[in-house]
Amino acid sequence: MVSDKKAAASPTRPEVGPAMSGSEILIACLEREGVEAIFAYPGGASMEFHQALTRSTIRTILPRHEQGGSFAAEGYARATGRAGVCMATSGPGATNLVTGIADAFMDSIPLVVVTGQVPQAMIGKGGFQETDFFGMTLPIVKHSYLVTDVNDIPRVIKEAFYIAQSGRPGPVVVDVPKNIQQARTQPVFPRELNLRGYGADRRATDVELNEILGLIAKAERPVLYVGGGVISGNASEALRQFAERLQIPVTTTIMGCGAFPETHPLSLRWLGMHGTAYANWAVSGEFPPKSEQTDPPQKIAQGADLLLAFGVRFDDRVTGNVAKFCETGTIVHIDIDPSEINKNKPANLPIVSDIKFALESLNAILDRQPLVRDFSAWHQQIAAWKAKAPLSYRVTQEVVTSQHMQDHLAGKESEVILPQMAIEMLYELTKGDAIITTGVGQHQMWAAQYYQYKFPRQLLTSAGLGAMGYGYPAALGAKVACPDRQVIDIDGDGSFLMNVQELATAHIEKIAAKVMILNNQHLGMVVQWEDRFYQGNRGNTYLGDPENMKQIYPDYITIAKGFNVPAERVMFKKDLRAALQRMLDSDQPYLLDIIVPYTEHVLPFIPANRSVAEMIWKA
Amino acid sequence: MRHTISVLVENKFGVLTRVAGLFSGRGYNIDTLNVGPTEDPETSRMTIVTRGDDATLEQIVKQLQKLANVLKVQDYGAEDYIDRELVMIKVAVDSKSRSEVMQITDIFRAKIVDVQPTSLTIEVTGNESKVEKFLDLMKTFGVLDLTRTGKVALPREKAHAAQNLAQ
Repeated sequence: MVSDKKAAASPTRPEVGPAMSGSEILIACLEREGVEAIFAYPGGASMEFHQALTRSTIRTILPRHEQGGSFAAEGYARATGRAGVCMATSGPGATNLVTGIADAFMDSIPLVVVTGQVPQAMIGKGGFQETDFFGMTLPIVKHSYLVTDVNDIPRVIKEAFYIAQSGRPGPVVVDVPKNIQQARTQPVFPRELNLRGYGADRRATDVELNEILGLIAKAERPVLYVGGGVISGNASEALRQFAERLQIPVTTTIMGCGAFPETHPLSLRWLGMHGTAYANWAVSGEFPPKSEQTDPPQKIAQGADLLLAFGVRFDDRVTGNVAKFCETGTIVHIDIDPSEINKNKPANLPIVSDIKFALESLNAILDRQPLVRDFSAWHQQIAAWKAKAPLSYRVTQEVVTSQHMQDHLAGKESEVILPQMAIEMLYELTKGDAIITTGVGQHQMWAAQYYQYKFPRQLLTSAGLGAMGYGYPAALGAKVACPDRQVIDIDGDGSFLMNVQELATAHIEKIAAKVMILNNQHLGMVVQWEDRFYQGNRGNTYLGDPENMKQIYPDYITIAKGFNVPAERVMFKKDLRAALQRMLDSDQPYLLDIIVPYTEHVLPFIPANRSVAEMIWKA
Repeated sequence: MRHTISVLVENKFGVLTRVAGLFSGRGYNIDTLNVGPTEDPETSRMTIVTRGDDATLEQIVKQLQKLANVLKVQDYGAEDYIDRELVMIKVAVDSKSRSEVMQITDIFRAKIVDVQPTSLTIEVTGNESKVEKFLDLMKTFGVLDLTRTGKVALPREKAHAAQNLAQ
């Protein structure tokens, strides 16, 4: 025992640095964590950090709003899997980060958030720019710290990165009072962590894994339903091998887009409220279209008898009425977070495990004891569903004759560009290789439907929180992480305007992320709900200028010009391809404003809390 | 169903808020909550009495376990445990009722800790049923003020108990 301890002591002996200020120590810690870039907006309580950053190798990117900084850090994290880092000053600087933190929490994105705080002596006095940021963020963090001793900084930062990136990832907040930033000490950088209450390593047992294979051996209609856990767990390759070996069809959540190649014959694309009809049928069974329905609806074909739910959380946008979701199937649920098991939907076989470990172990068992199943009848059924209800759109008479299109297209209404068309063309021109970010709303759903994702970390979208304004700053973060990739924000005019100031960040920092605005002058998704559930009564969903509806408002081309970002507007189908190509060819940030009708609805559509029996899928 | 949950936590900044916030943020109820240090000065034990069906309790326990400062969570629901609560109660008395209150106090092995011309302050310790019964009896005299610690609990370690008996 004694010799063991001695042997272990030397490589783990902490590193002792020269005397430094707290802010310098914190930046030195970030360097030790391998941080390449930080999205940081200075202020009175965080300028000490910025002073230290001027002497660091870390690239400091100045967003033009702290929310943009938090989304950019998230974009960086989603594109790489490594923790994104953002920083802001106390009070309003910190509160502006809250949406980004909540977003990272909902989508399990590793984020380390450093905020300045007023000096300890001022805490609780209602001082200038004071807010209780530790208290404010408690419900939306994986963990958080208020640093009260300069000597704690190295341990806190090491813990923050470990907690943010391990297990089920998430955001960690580190709030540092200004007097701690200024205090000087000789830092001791630990090499080991001692987190007594935190366990991230969870592995399925062989018994559990063999049980899964036993269920597959008996199943006739298995479906893999996989989510963001497969991406954050780096298990895509293991998943592909597993699915191919057993020939099990795969549907993903939106968070899981790219976890399994959507171009693969076994792919059912994504499921849920606006997922493909065939994915929803494959999980919960087929029902006749709502107009032809009997009451109660009669199932006309069976869905999955075995649902392999891997790295998912049975979100309501996926399940609708959760009781009706895969009602007749056996459910195997694997997640690394024990609290997800039985939270929204009880599982028949619940397993707490790292998903990569589970899938690789399953593949290893199958190497030793091959399991040969013939699911050809099931594949035929799925092929029939795919043929019956592919994702589709068409230019309707309603669109062509709409006042909106007459106003803007002035006689060339037949040249109308539908949003779906623009995304499909982008897919074609980029050969499906671009990293796509989105805002939130109809364009987000179409971006997920009409671009096909081939690799993990390709679609970066605010899925759980649904935060408008996410797209462009996230694209900046992704482009910083992947400078050699084409990064394109497919955005709506409403969402894009919420963080339009980040065009400045793009230009000044030379980050060549592109934005393609599907501009319908409306809040399209709310309009769609107004049309379906509120007799089309418009409640503050028009974003244009009501006094001059023929003008496109605001004029994004002029705005972009003010930011020195090249931009162009495209109105007609005949001009679309060349305009998209010019956007792709640009070596700078670029804004493409595409004018589209607002009358399109995202289909398929399962209204909230309803089941697949009430899916609207015929245009 | 009521459950008594024991939560062993690290004595770190904000832990109580984190635990309490978890309950309020997820719509769980807290009937009583007691917290104090254990034999290890770096840890504290919280005893929480809460209500909910099995699924809710499962979530409460799992969500508590997820907190990085939480070391151990035990739901005493099905286990054998010892619990106590301390209550201080100020009861209105006059020359006639004083002796009756003192008698009941005696029967319950409670303690009178303050005597005033028109009131008695009594300290009573015990498990839930004893304390509730005592408080019930005091109601007829008129309760002027009352404070209680909430339940504290420890599991009854079966192996240890057997050993003790053997000795």
